[in-house]
Amino acid sequence: MTAILEIQDVDKHFDISGSFLDQIKFADGKIGLQKTVVKAVNNVTLDIQPGETLSIVGESGCGKSTLARTVMGLYRPNKGKIIYRGDRIDQLSSAKMRPYRTKMQMVFQDPYASLNPRMTVKQTLEEPVRFHNPDLSRLEVRDKVADVMLQVGVDPVWASNYPHEFSGGQRQRISIARALVVDPEFIAADEPIAALDVSIQAQILNLLMDAQDQRGLTYLFISHDLSVVEHISNRVAVMYLGCVCELATSKELFGNPRHPYTQALLSAIPTLGGKKGGHIKLSGDVPTPINLPTGCVFNGRCPHANERCRQERPAQITLESGSIVACHGVEEDRI
Amino acid sequence: MEQLIEIKNLRVDFTLRSGTVRAVRDISLTINRGERLGIVGESGAGKSVLGFSIINLISKPGKITGGKIIFRGNDISKYSYEQMRKIRGNRIAMIFQDPMMTLNPVLTIGTQMKETILAHMKVSNKEAEKICLEKLRKVYIPSPEKRLSQYPHEFSGGMRQRIVIAISLLTNPNLIIADEPTTALDVTIQAEIMDLLLELCETENMGLILITHDLAVVSEVTQRIAVLYAGKVVELGSSKQIITNPQHPYTQGLIKALPQMAEGAKRLNQIPGMMPSLRDMPDGCPFAPRCAALLERCKHEIPTLKELESGTQVACFMREGVE
Repeated sequence: MTAILEIQDVDKHFDISGSFLDQIKFADGKIGLQKTVVKAVNNVTLDIQPGETLSIVGESGCGKSTLARTVMGLYRPNKGKIIYRGDRIDQLSSAKMRPYRTKMQMVFQDPYASLNPRMTVKQTLEEPVRFHNPDLSRLEVRDKVADVMLQVGVDPVWASNYPHEFSGGQRQRISIARALVVDPEFIAADEPIAALDVSIQAQILNLLMDAQDQRGLTYLFISHDLSVVEHISNRVAVMYLGCVCELATSKELFGNPRHPYTQALLSAIPTLGGKKGGHIKLSGDVPTPINLPTGCVFNGRCPHANERCRQERPAQITLESGSIVACHGVEEDRI
Repeated sequence: MEQLIEIKNLRVDFTLRSGTVRAVRDISLTINRGERLGIVGESGAGKSVLGFSIINLISKPGKITGGKIIFRGNDISKYSYEQMRKIRGNRIAMIFQDPMMTLNPVLTIGTQMKETILAHMKVSNKEAEKICLEKLRKVYIPSPEKRLSQYPHEFSGGMRQRIVIAISLLTNPNLIIADEPTTALDVTIQAEIMDLLLELCETENMGLILITHDLAVVSEVTQRIAVLYAGKVVELGSSKQIITNPQHPYTQGLIKALPQMAEGAKRLNQIPGMMPSLRDMPDGCPFAPRCAALLERCKHEIPTLKELESGTQVACFMREGVE
């Protein structure tokens, strides 16, 4: 099976050094210019197969949203390639990118911020259809929008209402409808349920899974909620400080986590009726992505770190189980 | 066990031009000394208002319109502003969701901590500093002497929440109200903060009210859980009972909706619809429009909490029929 989307060795760095004056630094008795660069995504290689759900998990600041935005062409990668069905799309102009926009859509975290408050639901949903299919008649557009609204569970009679008249769950349904209305093949969903209540989360997750079944969609699903990720994904990538530390099938990752960070992350999930304590305690905090540690990015907090981990960046190795892990300890069979 | 705080038939209303929002409707709860109680509910269920009303932090147009809050023998809901200030932050402390919003960004941690001590205790500046250092060590802040002269922005989110916890501990309170203390934090940090809260409650014999939307978190930390829906307690019982044997259809729905409860099924169980607006409540049981086990009576009468054999209290006509 050929991948629908390939991410090859992608880096995304942001220069936050500011103006010329802000860059002037005094060091070693000399005045010089110094740039401050946030290394949000580093050497990420992933492939996404048609019809699967690949989830990216990690703590805030680990670069998971940046990666999704880079994939969607909202950011241009500093290095590496993004390949959609065999075509390289990361360097395209916005006009050349347009046909891919109907194939790739995005759902954002906060439905309060991602819907234009001055546009009615109808305007919000009709705009992408008209833009991408200028030949459609007014009636066809209206039917298409009504179809999608029914599918996501928003009654088309509400089409002339504004976003503020809807609850959070309904708004998220509308943003999903906006993504579905151009018949995409691939959807990047960036924390689509994080802003919703528990009883509404299940509704939205079911909606996403139903849409996948009906339309054969492929998802890149970003979340920090590990129990949700376990439920809906085929494969899971764990990110830490912009690097993928483990990539495995959902069953393998949750059943037999190999990377020490994955193990710590999993042990931190609160379980229903579980006993407190017994969490793997990570010492210290996540370092800033401005000064990445040398060697393995996780070495400062890893309980198994040794000299090699502090010096040499671990390469991704494929284990017998098919999991991909970047860890010297696993490679040397210490962990 | 000695009773620490008793909330009796508490009502909190917000009078708006467009109508009265009844955020807390007739809630009664008791917490014993050293006990940990979880309050679970969706946004808009009234759980934060309940937490705020205990220390009388309800601002206009909100008002406590009925009921009593008895803390160590006195009804503190009738206290004047000055009397309340002696309790607030002293005997009862509160921890809020976002530590960046609760700490003053232009004052050092040391200034903010000493301010609290000097407001409530007659100690010298030197002694106050000693107390600060002791509490910072309790919440595992490394090199606290250096940290005292730093500003909130120099700390990470998890560290900031630890400092907020240290501030709440300064006066050795009897009760801590923690309103979603880890919602803004990552899972690994959440686990650390929860472990810390649990440890402190046990060593200091403090009472804890943990307000959260996350059932799994409360079930790990608290001994009892109250489930709030539309301003009312619909179920109250030991954490173990609530998790393993929920009685109210809403609690059952909440637990079944969790992905780990799906047991291999692809579709999650969902509760249809959403919580009614606090402005126009249905006549009967507030959960009736979403309830699968609806009886005729649920549409007209509001069920009250009844105790079952297991010790769980539940407000549902279905459970009354069983007994």
